[in-house]
Amino acid sequence: MGRGRLTMPELDVREIGVRGVNKALMALDDSTNDRNWVVRSPQGQHSIACGLTAPIDVVIKGHVGFYCAGMNQQANVTIEGHAGVGVGENMMSGRVHVTGNASESAGATAHGGLLVIEGDASSRCGISMKGVDIVVGGSVGHMSAFMAQSGHLVVCGDAGDALGDSIYEAVLFVRGKVESLGADCIEKEMRPEHLAKLAELLQAAGIEAAPSEFRRYGSARKLYNFDIDNVGAY
Amino acid sequence: MCGIVGLYLKNPDLQPRLGELFAPMLTEMSDRGPDSAGFAIYRNPVEGGRTKFTLASNSPDEEWKALDADLEKALNCDVQVQVISDHAVLITDADADLVHDWLAENRPDIRIVGSGKSIEIFKQTGLPKDVVERFDLRHAAGSHAIGHTRMATESAVTTEGSHPFATGLDLCLVHNGSLSNHNRLRRELERKGMVFQTENDTEVAAGFLTWKLREGANLRQAVAAGIEELDGFYTFCIGTNDGFAVVRDPIACKHAVMAETDDWVAMATEYRAIANLPGADSARIWEPGPGEIFVWGGGA
Repeated sequence: MGRGRLTMPELDVREIGVRGVNKALMALDDSTNDRNWVVRSPQGQHSIACGLTAPIDVVIKGHVGFYCAGMNQQANVTIEGHAGVGVGENMMSGRVHVTGNASESAGATAHGGLLVIEGDASSRCGISMKGVDIVVGGSVGHMSAFMAQSGHLVVCGDAGDALGDSIYEAVLFVRGKVESLGADCIEKEMRPEHLAKLAELLQAAGIEAAPSEFRRYGSARKLYNFDIDNVGAY
Repeated sequence: MCGIVGLYLKNPDLQPRLGELFAPMLTEMSDRGPDSAGFAIYRNPVEGGRTKFTLASNSPDEEWKALDADLEKALNCDVQVQVISDHAVLITDADADLVHDWLAENRPDIRIVGSGKSIEIFKQTGLPKDVVERFDLRHAAGSHAIGHTRMATESAVTTEGSHPFATGLDLCLVHNGSLSNHNRLRRELERKGMVFQTENDTEVAAGFLTWKLREGANLRQAVAAGIEELDGFYTFCIGTNDGFAVVRDPIACKHAVMAETDDWVAMATEYRAIANLPGADSARIWEPGPGEIFVWGGGA
């Protein structure tokens, strides 16, 4: 590939539209020398920086709409602002970082990588997560980690109603108050390996918090194997 | 799927620009509702004793002809009619109920889409940008406006089924979602004297709030009672003569985002409808929580 540029390449949603931005970013592969990108004027538009596969850094300057950085692989996407519904949904790897708040279903069904939300996340954060690590600096809304299968959800603030309803093997750490736990979600003992993992996640997210202040929640494993005694809970 | 938007101006200096600021909010929600669009705008309040009606007709050329003269003669009152596309704004000093009855008897094809002191409502099938154009929204001045873009999923695409729904007293409401107990509530409200024009669920929500206001509730109290009585999925944006309110159902099924600066308060189904308002980048932006009520003005 050619020589690197002295200035970061910039893409402007107002000028070339979401498709123009995504086409430029998706055309890159592992060998690209253009590693640092800036996206301007996102104007709350949907699906910005979706489906990226190259190990690039993308900084989006402003608030984004739905599904930003969905399906991400390898890329490091930073949203300098708030994110709409489904930020980082189904991401596979890489990192998605929101400096503001995120709307509903952040990190939904995501398989891997790290999703960091410095502010609050709304309802259904980490719904059906399948291996992603999510660190939220603020609080999460109701039904978060619903049917969460694997990965970690770290909440530095409070959690809304029905946390971890019908949870499988995801691990939840909450520092503040939990409004209520969902079906089959229980508090579990915080062992040394959990404290170590939590410290690692907080450090990776760049969020300062003492792991000792968190509680751990996970599956009681009573619900996901059918048991006639639990029929009322289904 | 539908789009709803609302804009309430806190700074009166912006009032001449209400339409210019609000029209792009409505058209930005075209993807969510390309079948019909409508908006309510609060402007030019009439003096005490007068009532402002917004009327609509499928055959405007015939219906608006001599409407003012006929009504003046029949009710011995003063009537002004301003025709705006297939809608007309009628201002009269006659008793509002008598106007209702006279229209029903003599001009049965005319629909009353709104009434009160300052509300005007315009709604029509077609793309939001065409509806905006037809009613010259961009040049409208006023204090606040709410609007709706509809993607019809369970009933016909008609002007009657378009939002906003108004049931009197300057109150109107736009709705993203669906209600499940509207038939029972409609029957109860009809027994209390409320009159409905459609079978639509949203009209029942508007009727419920109007009834509550009539009973003496302020806007916040009326909305709080609505959360107790209305069953279903909803984000509502509500306008009254001097008030603006937003509420989501207790499990927050339908999207909503709000933003506020010193100059304005805006709500929309999606942030992109707000993104181009002046100062949006630095506005306080938040998502209304489940069952949380937000009210500006309206004796809240």
